[in-house]
Amino acid sequence: MTDQLTPQSPQSPQSVNSPGEPSKPPVGWSVRARSLLGQAWSAMAMPLLAIFLALIVGAVVIILTSVLKPGATFDVGLPIRAYQALWDGSLGSENGRVTTLVQTAPLLLAGLGVGLGFRAGLFNIGAQGQFLVGAVFCVAGALVVREQDPIIAIPFSLLVGAIAGAVWGFIPGVLKAFRGAHEVVTTIMLNFIALALVSWMITGPLRQPRAPQAVTPDVGNATLPILFGRDGHLGILLAFLAVPIVWFVLNRMTIGFEIRAVGANPEASRYAGMKPRRLIVFTMSAAGMLAGLAGTINILGISHHMNASFSTTVGFDAITVALLGRSNPIGIMLSALLFGMLRAGASQMQIQAGVPAELVDMLEAIILFFLVASPVLRRVFRLRGVKSGLGTTETMTRTYGSEAIR
Amino acid sequence: MTDIPVLGFIIQFLAFLIDQLPTISHAAVAIAIPIGLAGLCGVVSERSGVVNIGLEGMMLTAAFVGWVVGVMAIALLPPDLQGRTDVFGISLPLLIGLVAALLSGMLLALVHAWLSISVRADQIISGVIINIAAIGLTGYLNTLISGGSPQGAGKFTPLQVPDNIANLPFIGWLIDAIFDQGPIAISAIVLVIVVQILLFRTRWGLRTRAVGEHPRAAETVGINVIRLRYRNVIMSGAIAALGGAYLSMELTSSFQAGISAGRGFIGLAAMIVGRWTPIGAFGAALLFASSSAIGRAITFAAPDNDMGNFLKDIPQQFYDALPYIVTIVVLAGLIGRSMPPAADGQPYEREAAA
Repeated sequence: MTDQLTPQSPQSPQSVNSPGEPSKPPVGWSVRARSLLGQAWSAMAMPLLAIFLALIVGAVVIILTSVLKPGATFDVGLPIRAYQALWDGSLGSENGRVTTLVQTAPLLLAGLGVGLGFRAGLFNIGAQGQFLVGAVFCVAGALVVREQDPIIAIPFSLLVGAIAGAVWGFIPGVLKAFRGAHEVVTTIMLNFIALALVSWMITGPLRQPRAPQAVTPDVGNATLPILFGRDGHLGILLAFLAVPIVWFVLNRMTIGFEIRAVGANPEASRYAGMKPRRLIVFTMSAAGMLAGLAGTINILGISHHMNASFSTTVGFDAITVALLGRSNPIGIMLSALLFGMLRAGASQMQIQAGVPAELVDMLEAIILFFLVASPVLRRVFRLRGVKSGLGTTETMTRTYGSEAIR
Repeated sequence: MTDIPVLGFIIQFLAFLIDQLPTISHAAVAIAIPIGLAGLCGVVSERSGVVNIGLEGMMLTAAFVGWVVGVMAIALLPPDLQGRTDVFGISLPLLIGLVAALLSGMLLALVHAWLSISVRADQIISGVIINIAAIGLTGYLNTLISGGSPQGAGKFTPLQVPDNIANLPFIGWLIDAIFDQGPIAISAIVLVIVVQILLFRTRWGLRTRAVGEHPRAAETVGINVIRLRYRNVIMSGAIAALGGAYLSMELTSSFQAGISAGRGFIGLAAMIVGRWTPIGAFGAALLFASSSAIGRAITFAAPDNDMGNFLKDIPQQFYDALPYIVTIVVLAGLIGRSMPPAADGQPYEREAAA
């Protein structure tokens, strides 16, 4: 279903590297069930293989670098202890499971945003900035209503954060659609501008008077209620609710069809009477809104205030999440859970096994590497009939530079 | 504050700029070097049709490798081989670090070339992989190594321009700004000019541009598209690595996580603004760098008059964001006037031999 709209260009890796790959129409009585299973396998096999291989490469890196500590030799057991700690800190314990969900929620929202962009052929690297702007403006909004009843305070703050994120997505959308500025460059620039904006807001207008450090006041009644565990807040529910909503919009609504059509072929969609410019602006704004919401729930649900050293990797992780999930809402949910798990366990891994948390970033890159190299993997492991890792996103560099969109 | 005449304000601002010109121009060149090298890296790669967004990661990795190999050389080499010369403060550990940095950039570029040329993957995704991997790998190793706060190999020192030249009227400041720099900065400026000539006046340049515009036609006349793209991407990796080495071995003498701080991406923007030419890209880099340098000058040396006080009242963060804002504004103003090479970003597939 995901590839219906993508034209099979003569250069696409699938058609090149596996010429004899027939998609036989299924026949027989149990076909439906079997073809569903087959579909799931064909979509999941490559990501699972990539994750598995990445864990192996990660283990090799851990062993090779274990000599760097003063007076140490190669430690072959370290990867096992590291991955054990990673497991303990994530799915292996009660608190870990809650932490995993807490970490998953923002990744899921931002990942859905980035994935939405991919479907429209847009590479939104700006989730980071949209996240930050959403976070800081939700604090600003919450400070207005923190004395009000939570029924008013919470939706209002969420809304302010979401709108701020949407604005931060709207800007590159307009620049792309009407000025031809490539979103890869503009969103990265906006990430840095967002950093400066956040720093100014926290040290300036939002700063708590008489506080020794630059920190905003508490969000008060806008705090999201805890639903389960130590810190399982309402935002987690919101994030998972967004999955069916985005799925419905993409697959069952006209606008979703138009987004996919523009992503597949802007020129053809324009001839079919769609308006690529408007759709690009809409998609970027929606993507920004989702990423902004991710920042918002992190503030209202976890930290309840912001300080000058606030930092996050959610925006960049979201890119990997969306790619790994093949821009499909359900796939994004699964990959967000995986990365939520990795992030939740990373600090435990650093404390317990002494392996730096940045290993998770490396794992991310290696997973992506294997996904991108999937035509090669498919040949090496003789996986026939398995979808390549990044099927829907082959055409993103097409409008690189400042090509005008009509 | 509201009753300052605009004209007076502008005059005061110009006077401030002229007063601070030596400082600003010197700082601007120093800031522009890594951005210009990133832009040059982009030009070399994209003129042959390969988008190289991974140059940020190549810079970051090279900055780390240059520093860490310097650390290792200091620890392993006998002391009598570690002496520093008077010219640019060059020492053996520094040179080893520089070579290692260049090699690391070329290695990453090879990965990018393989993914985007041989595997024919999306070149932007391939670049993003390089960037994430660089953040992860350098952060990971930096956490492991810098815990012991090891001794580094120091840094290259600037060429001292004699005072009587630096004080020449009208052109002294310019000579000072360009030549009161370290070896990497000066070679970067030379490199920009050399690549400009190579690209538009030599066989390699003609072939590169042909492959970037119409690879099939280039192949028809006997150019090996695949090999030329590989060569150009790897060369671009070395150029990006030079920019990275500049950050950790010339501008500063140590490595911090994320030291490249988006310079590679600004370099890409500079390349677009400079219409995919080396000199244009470096000029654009100078523009961004100047906005940054003026911001710094205002922070540190704003004059005590109406204009100075007004500019000082603008929060520091605005000046931090200024280069990025300028980049966006310039980029958005360029519609239809800056066209990428026609085959940029498209994987090339040889036609099957008949």
